Amino acid sequence: MNQKQNFTKGFIKDNAVFVMLLGLCPTLAVTSSAVNGLGMGLATTFVLVMANIVVALVKNLIPEKVRIPSFIVIIASFVTIVDLTMAGFLPSLHEALGIFIPLIVVNCLVLGRAEAFASKNNIVSSIVDGLGMGLGFAFALTLLGAVRELLGAGSVFGLSIPIFPTTEDGAPITMLLFVLAPGAFIALGYLIAIINRFKKS
Amino acid sequence: MEIFAIIISAILVNNIVLMQFLGICPFMGVSKKLSTAVGMTGAVTFVMVLATIVTYLIQVYVLEPFGIGYLQTISFILIIASFVQMVEIVLKKVSPPLYQALGVFLPLITTNCAIMGVALLTIQNDYNLMEGIIYAIGSAIGFGIAITLFAGIREHLDLLDVPKGMRGTPIALVSAGILAMAFMGFAGLV
Repeated sequence: MNQKQNFTKGFIKDNAVFVMLLGLCPTLAVTSSAVNGLGMGLATTFVLVMANIVVALVKNLIPEKVRIPSFIVIIASFVTIVDLTMAGFLPSLHEALGIFIPLIVVNCLVLGRAEAFASKNNIVSSIVDGLGMGLGFAFALTLLGAVRELLGAGSVFGLSIPIFPTTEDGAPITMLLFVLAPGAFIALGYLIAIINRFKKS
Repeated sequence: MEIFAIIISAILVNNIVLMQFLGICPFMGVSKKLSTAVGMTGAVTFVMVLATIVTYLIQVYVLEPFGIGYLQTISFILIIASFVQMVEIVLKKVSPPLYQALGVFLPLITTNCAIMGVALLTIQNDYNLMEGIIYAIGSAIGFGIAITLFAGIREHLDLLDVPKGMRGTPIALVSAGILAMAFMGFAGLV
């Protein structure tokens, strides 16, 4: 497999969310708007790439038996870095993502890539893999966030898009359900169905 | 009254799976059959309550006095991971039948965000130890109710003629959405 395929596989073919169903907790929880989805996706990408780099570097030093706990410590360190950096520079996003920032540590996607890819491959492939899978995850979260924000609040990235009829004082009549909890499940269900349809053809 | 409010809120109003999206992986993964859903609930309840107690004590007696709160994420995940290992070893020795019933689910629990999530939320909500335990029990019951209901629904879904593109995960997610909608009815209860 060349590096280009290695990079692009994360977007559609092996997409973490739409195909492998990994990391569903943050996917459903933070995508009430496109910005939150993108922020979460990029935070996870950073952790994924950095963890892949370190795991690829130290894979020969770690005894087989304590492999998983060591990976968890490496991942948790980078999650702490993201957590503190975001709290310092992007406090509003940090507030919106809340508990799901420290929970990146239990995102099966990150540990899954460290175990399945970075511990068996060299550093360059591991970086490319981390970037591809991470940006694929960010893409999925942003797409889901954009769909939910559009249907639920009539805007995407905070810019209002006039697809809904408006009331007399100009506020759009939206489907509020989609920014609430049930809308997350329903929107993701239909997105996966649509993507399955495209993959077959 | 306070305790009653915590437990109702954890089970119904802020249901951990359907409203807070913690523990979605086992919710989607092991809910195909009713019996596995019940087994998973048992394992989660057991680990969630004990892990909440241990992480709470570590937070209050180690992390806070020494001013090393920034180590929270690392220490909590390590505690939970090693704790799950320990539970597995102890159960194997002490109660083989219980180990038989819960054994296969235990390794899956380390990466179950519900455990870590409840531990973190207990600290965030400023609960004391007793309230934390009640909150953990309530959350575990909420997890059990959600996953058992969902497993029942999925067993019925298998018998239905679902449109081709929606078969499998998509229809399961949409059903979960409708279940979550039903739980929204409890909003404002406490």
